[in-house]
Amino acid sequence: MTTTTSRAPQQAPARRRRPFNPRTAGAWTLLVLAIAVSVVPFLWVLRTALSTNSALASNSASLLPAEFTFGAFMRVFGLQSPADAVAEGGSGAAIDFWLYLRNSVIFSSITTAGAVFFSAMAAYAFARLRWKGRNLVFSLFLGTMLVPPIFTALPNFLLIKNLDLLNTMLGMVLPYLFMTPFAIFFLRQFFLNMSREVEEAAMLDGAKHLRIFFQIVLPNAAAPLATLALLTFIGQWNEYFWPLLVGSQDDVRVLQVGLGVFKSQSPQGAPDWSGLMAAVLVSALPVLVLFAAFGKKIVNSIGFSGIK
Amino acid sequence: MTTLAKNARSAPPQTGAPKPRGGYRRLGDLKIALFFIAPAMIGFIFFYVVPTIRGVYLSFTEYNILGDPTWVGMDNYTAIAKDPLFWNSLAVTGQYVFLNIVLQTALALGLALLMNKVAKSTLIRGALLLPWMMSNIIAALLWFWMLDYQIGVVNQFIEWAGLPRVAFFGSEEWAIPTQAVINTWRHMGYTALLIFAGMQAIPGHVYEVAKLDGASPFQTFRKITLPLLRPVLVMVLVVTVIGSFQVFDTVSVTTGGGPVNATRVIQYYIYQRAFTESDFGYGSAIAVILFLILALVAFIQMKFLKGNESDLD
Repeated sequence: MTTTTSRAPQQAPARRRRPFNPRTAGAWTLLVLAIAVSVVPFLWVLRTALSTNSALASNSASLLPAEFTFGAFMRVFGLQSPADAVAEGGSGAAIDFWLYLRNSVIFSSITTAGAVFFSAMAAYAFARLRWKGRNLVFSLFLGTMLVPPIFTALPNFLLIKNLDLLNTMLGMVLPYLFMTPFAIFFLRQFFLNMSREVEEAAMLDGAKHLRIFFQIVLPNAAAPLATLALLTFIGQWNEYFWPLLVGSQDDVRVLQVGLGVFKSQSPQGAPDWSGLMAAVLVSALPVLVLFAAFGKKIVNSIGFSGIK
Repeated sequence: MTTLAKNARSAPPQTGAPKPRGGYRRLGDLKIALFFIAPAMIGFIFFYVVPTIRGVYLSFTEYNILGDPTWVGMDNYTAIAKDPLFWNSLAVTGQYVFLNIVLQTALALGLALLMNKVAKSTLIRGALLLPWMMSNIIAALLWFWMLDYQIGVVNQFIEWAGLPRVAFFGSEEWAIPTQAVINTWRHMGYTALLIFAGMQAIPGHVYEVAKLDGASPFQTFRKITLPLLRPVLVMVLVVTVIGSFQVFDTVSVTTGGGPVNATRVIQYYIYQRAFTESDFGYGSAIAVILFLILALVAFIQMKFLKGNESDLD
């Protein structure tokens, strides 16, 4: 209730407590149901990850963990001996989610930093500099949003292969490193709405664009830059198709791809459900932490700002 | 007065060229602009423009990654026209998109109305957004477990209800609806937030007038909310339909195209042809067709639903 609406003074009288209203009660019930559908599966994942596989089979619907254990998490991080792992229903194959976690962090951080910074530079050129062909180039950049990723993924794969960069971190980050059309659009929009007074004063003092960009524009745009970085990081963290194509070897494999491999490693018959759900939680955790810390920023950024 | 102030706050930022600066210079800022735009330009050229051209070129070749592509003209396209697996993938994807979009849009619209009516709190919106923050792989695996035939909790409930267990991923008739529901679950809250943001932008005085005229809630929704929301709804539809056509991750990690061909969606078929069968020419040709389908779908939606015109003016 502390969002934008509460700041509107004319709404205060309407907030008076009203007598019980069946329609409102019905609306709340539906809303609570929707929230439960969104959130409860994650509690179920946690419950499964803290159970043993043998107990899961016989106790498939109790809310609490079946035979509480941290075994699944130890298995995911390769801390369990193969014998113990097999005994608890794992495949016994070596899995090292520390490695995948590290790779995911590197992949997402580098691409986010590169894409946000370079997109900010481009957005500055589109919003603040006057040059011939500016609007044409901008629409061409925006047009790339319409190209489906699968379409460019095939030739991009060939390019990375020709450069001999398959299964290297450089090959994985390159296509994302320089810009995303959304980031340029998002930041240009913000720069256009930013007051120019300080910049113009600095310009009169003889400051060059480079200094204005670094000392005035970037600091003033800290909030949207942070929002953009958050959204980009989460998107990159969840990326699957490209890392699957280019980073199939262990030393560059990211978590999402690792999850798929883990799932397909299940021994014949019963999959290692508790191990898989522990792995899912490990892969979700960084995003959950970011969401807990910056949820408001993320939630309020959702909307078609600027698209009429 | 206050209403106007509120609208001004929630109005989307204006697009448009910046005001020209004081002094007019013939060259403008071209030199410095080139510097600022250089990195993005590298990405644009090497990872968007060149691959787009190369993708179209490859679609006219036979190329198995070793050696060089050989020009075969329209051969790939004529082969695709006679390829039952391609037509199957198109049909399967169509089914998926239809189910996914209908479910997702209806639920999201309902949720947005609820949020607009009873709860605008960030916490509630955040909870509804949670599935969208997770990757497709996580959403797929989570439901792969919950919907498991043997010990999945959903089948446990189905059994308690006295119904036969359902092979959500293992049966041909359930596989696509299951994929559609998983992706609906993941995108429902996000789509609802987009629609909700659109509702927030509808000026309050419109509703006040409707209320004075004695309109019922249903009439208000049908005659005011829906028409005024149209541009936002069209944008939502264009974006979600295009995204829906490119379903891959959840299929790849759960059913792998099966059972039989039940979930071999277009993008999965492209992936298989190009990467497991090393037939890059053929894969590229299907990718070109997918691209054209998406462009056509977006065009039709914009044209017939008049997404770029607002009734608010």
